[in-house]
Formats: sequence, structure tokens, C-alpha cells
Amino acid sequence: MASHVVPVRVYIGVFVALLALTFITVWAAGQDFGAFNTVVALAIAVTKATLVVLFFMHVKYGSSLTKLIVVGAVAWLALMLIGTTSDYWSRGWVARPDGGREQSGFHIEGQ
Amino acid sequence: MSSAGEHHPALAHHFESLDNQKEAATLGMWAFLAQEVLFFGGLFLVYALYRNIYYPVFEASSHHLNWKLGAFNTAVLICSSLTMAMAVHAAALGHGRQAMGWLIATIVLGAAFLGVKVVEYHDKWTHGLVPGLHWGPPETVAEELHLSVADALHAQLYFSLYFAMTGLHALHMIIGMPILGWLAWHASRGRFGPEYHTPVEMTGLYWHFVDIIWIFLFPLLYLIGHH
Repeated sequence: MASHVVPVRVYIGVFVALLALTFITVWAAGQDFGAFNTVVALAIAVTKATLVVLFFMHVKYGSSLTKLIVVGAVAWLALMLIGTTSDYWSRGWVARPDGGREQSGFHIEGQ
Repeated sequence: MSSAGEHHPALAHHFESLDNQKEAATLGMWAFLAQEVLFFGGLFLVYALYRNIYYPVFEASSHHLNWKLGAFNTAVLICSSLTMAMAVHAAALGHGRQAMGWLIATIVLGAAFLGVKVVEYHDKWTHGLVPGLHWGPPETVAEELHLSVADALHAQLYFSLYFAMTGLHALHMIIGMPILGWLAWHASRGRFGPEYHTPVEMTGLYWHFVDIIWIFLFPLLYLIGHH
């Protein structure tokens, strides 16, 4: 595993992109994308995080094992988020045995 | 790299080579960060659920934060990530004095971030918006957040999450800064070079991770329903 020295211009490029994406974050928050407001905000944040992980954290130049751990961390996080939110989301879809119905935990933002 | 008999001083005896040692350190650091993802992930999950259940309350509460300070702090942290990356770069090339300079710059930027955070926390304190410690009377909070008295009660959820998430984030920075100082001292003494700069690189991973957490916290806490 030879030490990989990343050229400074790569760091400067990522830095400028991160600042630009921060401006886009603030700009996008001022726009109304309806139900997609949060999706847009998170998409920009994920893009920024990916840039940091790949270049500042050297994962692009890292070993397969490092990449596996990064993917694993995201997968486990997704498992936790999707498992729990799908429970909340689907409450109220099916009646309880006693005939009652749970209130759905979720609503679409902006309503 | 090092021939038999003459070890690099940083090589621990249970490793075959510095490369071997660095690979183990990298693996360990990433395992720690994966755990950190889930640690913060739990808070993000709670945030997502309550934000959906009490969306109007979260929106009104979010408007009480100063998004300009949040955006400024985002830029400060991005700058500190650049200086951290430059510190790793300088250490890897064996430029000890430069590495020290970049590390000190990272500490200064971290301190600037925390300074802004103190101003923000103080503002919430003076307005009685600190759940558990200094929460104002229901009518005052309702007026402050432009909510009904019943809804204002739920605003404690938003501010509890705000303090828990930004507080845990700030704690990570407070832990990171003395480590950066320790690295700066070692860098100035020429301890790091092309063969060995693992501590600088591992601390860099930690610092960039903390930056990533803030990249998510900023839009989620400061910019709810801004249109």
C-alpha cells in the first residue's frame, strides 16, 4: 500500500466545489420543489459528503477493504433508516385485530 | 523500506512493516467511523420521525435559528477540511513546519466554528429555548416561535434534537482540537515524513467525518421550509 500523495489542485478543486454546493444548498432551500424540498437538500448534502469521502478522505485511492467498510457503513445506516421509517409510513394501512386503525405517522411536507 | 536491524522508530514490533502498520490503522479508523455513522444515524432517525409527525412545529422552530450563521459555519468547516487535507499533504512530503502551520490553521478554524456556536447557543438561552434547563413559559415560547401554545410545547422536541445533534458534533470538535495541537507539536519536531505520517492521516479522517456530519446538519436544522 504505497503512500499516495494527492495533488494539491485536486484538494483546491474539491474545496471550491464544496463551497459552491453550500451556496446551492441555501439557494435551493429558497425554492419550492413541493414534496421534493427535502430530497433536493439531501441530494446536495450526499454529493458534498461523497466528495469529502472520495478525495479528502482518500477513499478513491484507498484499498478495497476501506471501500467495503464505507459501503457497509452506508448500508447499515440505510437499513436502520428504511426499516424504521417504513414501519411509521405503513401504519394505518391495515386494520388492527380489534378493528381499530393506527394513525399514519407520516404526511408529505408542505401540506 | 527499512532493512533488517534498523527499524523506523514509529514501527511497532508486532507489525512486519510500516505499510502493514498503516493498513491496520486505516482499517481500525474506518471501523470506528462506521460506528460513528450509526451513532449519529440514530439521532438523524429520531429527527426524521419527529419532523414528519410535527412538521409545522419543526418548520417554525427552524426559522428561529440564524441560517446565515449556519451557512458561515459551514464555510468555516469546509475551509478547515481543506487546511486538514493540506496538513496531511505536507506531512506526507516531510514538510514539518508547513504541516504544523496547516494544523494550527485547522485548530483556529475549529475554534471560530465553536465561537459562532457559543453565540447561537447563547441566543437560544436568552430566549428561553433550551429544553430542560431554560424553557420559557408556554405563552412566551408560542409568541417567540409564532406557534399556538399547544404546538409550542412540541417545539421542545426540535430544540432537544438541535442541542443533542449540534452538541454531539461540537463535542467531536472539542476532542479533535487537542489532538490536532499534539500533531502540530510533533510535526514541528519533524516526526512525520513520506514513510510515516499515519497519525496525521487518521486524525484527518476523523476531522473530515465531523465536517460531513455538519454538511447534513446545516440544511436539516437551519433550512426547514425556507421557501
